[in-house]
Amino acid sequence: MSDQALLRATGVRKSFGSIEVLKGIDLTVRQGQVVSLIGASGSGKTTFLRCVNLLEEHDSGEILLDGDPIGYRVEGGKRRRLSEARVSAQRARIGMVFQQFNLFPHLTAEENVMLGLTKVLGRTRAEARDIAGQWLARVGLEARREHYPYQLSGGQQQRVAIARAVAMEPRLLLFDEVTSALDPELVAEVLGVMQQLAESGMTMLVVSHEMLFVRDVSHHVVFMDGGRVAQAGTPDQVFHHPESERLRSFLGRFHGMFGNAL
Amino acid sequence: MIQYYFDWSVITRNAGALGEALLLGLGLAVVSLLIGSVIGLAAAYARLSGRKWLAWPVWAYVEFIRCMPLLLLIFFVYFGLPEFNISWFDKTESFVLTLSLYAGAYMSEVFRAGLGSIPKQYVEAAKAIGLRPWQRQRYVVLPVMFRITLPAISNNLISLFKDTSLAAAIAVPELTFVARRINADTFRVMEVWLSVSAMYLVTAYTIATLLRLVERRYASIR
Repeated sequence: MSDQALLRATGVRKSFGSIEVLKGIDLTVRQGQVVSLIGASGSGKTTFLRCVNLLEEHDSGEILLDGDPIGYRVEGGKRRRLSEARVSAQRARIGMVFQQFNLFPHLTAEENVMLGLTKVLGRTRAEARDIAGQWLARVGLEARREHYPYQLSGGQQQRVAIARAVAMEPRLLLFDEVTSALDPELVAEVLGVMQQLAESGMTMLVVSHEMLFVRDVSHHVVFMDGGRVAQAGTPDQVFHHPESERLRSFLGRFHGMFGNAL
Repeated sequence: MIQYYFDWSVITRNAGALGEALLLGLGLAVVSLLIGSVIGLAAAYARLSGRKWLAWPVWAYVEFIRCMPLLLLIFFVYFGLPEFNISWFDKTESFVLTLSLYAGAYMSEVFRAGLGSIPKQYVEAAKAIGLRPWQRQRYVVLPVMFRITLPAISNNLISLFKDTSLAAAIAVPELTFVARRINADTFRVMEVWLSVSAMYLVTAYTIATLLRLVERRYASIR
């Protein structure tokens, strides 16, 4: 793990109408790090994640990926939105896995992984099929290559979605509550794949309510509250030395579920 | 009691002409559906573009076509346009032009509903892997929409096929026109109209069945 900041957000603000959802977020993700965002729903975690991948546009502040501002360039003190082509190129360097999997329903598992490889990265179909096969094998689904999403369980769909994102060799992978829509018995298989990725050195920014996973896999944990970073630090600092009543009560809700495991 | 002696030889003697006429009608319907789909897709995107100067004329076109009897449109294009010195077409081309514009209006509504029903999450997934705007349409939105709208497209093809009988009014030699001619030559009313009805019925039903197979082939969308 190097000390270089792969993603650096400073003062990121975002409003929907009159409601300010992000009130100045500062956050750094270093190469090879797993950073987790936790907090109650409505605290702005998912919105921040979507801003990083330009699915939402932040109103002010700056998000740098490898030193390049995401979505905008600054010209004479003014922000100018980048062209759609530039935005698409930036998105290709950031992978994203969604809560609802969002697999393309008209494509098989293999074709889902291949689409970005051929159309965005310009790989040949043969190369793309090879790469797709390797990644589907890594997530334990080589036997399901020819299956359509509707023929797969939620956990399998989510693993295909992870393969689709990783196969693009992104600099950074975003996970947006990827186990929240799964039946409880399918959560473990998805978390297992994520843990493997983390151990292989993938840089990950994770929004999750799986507190045991967050505690065990993250290098850095960020507690968000009301659109601000309320506390950030190592898992030990955040989970065992909460500085605010809000964080204590947030964690308290999970203690009920896991006993004293946290 | 009325005695009617069937003489089917009139049909067997004219089988070739009837078959050709049926194929012509089928061809007119398919070509019009294809051209109409292109028009309809462009119109649907124009309606959804949010640009008033684009959406408004398209709305007017769709409503005009939907509220006019097809036969009048056929007459207007075939007899009316030459009055404005627009006469590059023969009667078959004139009919294809009319039926394509007609199909375009209906297809635009089908596609507009189809495009509107595509869940936003697929587009977001397409964005997330870095597909550009037109690639998102080409590789994700349109294929999904095509599968969703396939039953409606089938219905339109069957309707258009039946509508080709109106081309008889401007003497395009499709099935109804040829039937009328044989009827006028031979006075074998029952044989001619029973046979032609059966030909329409069997053809329309075959189209429906074939397209249902295609629908099943593409049933990966739930």
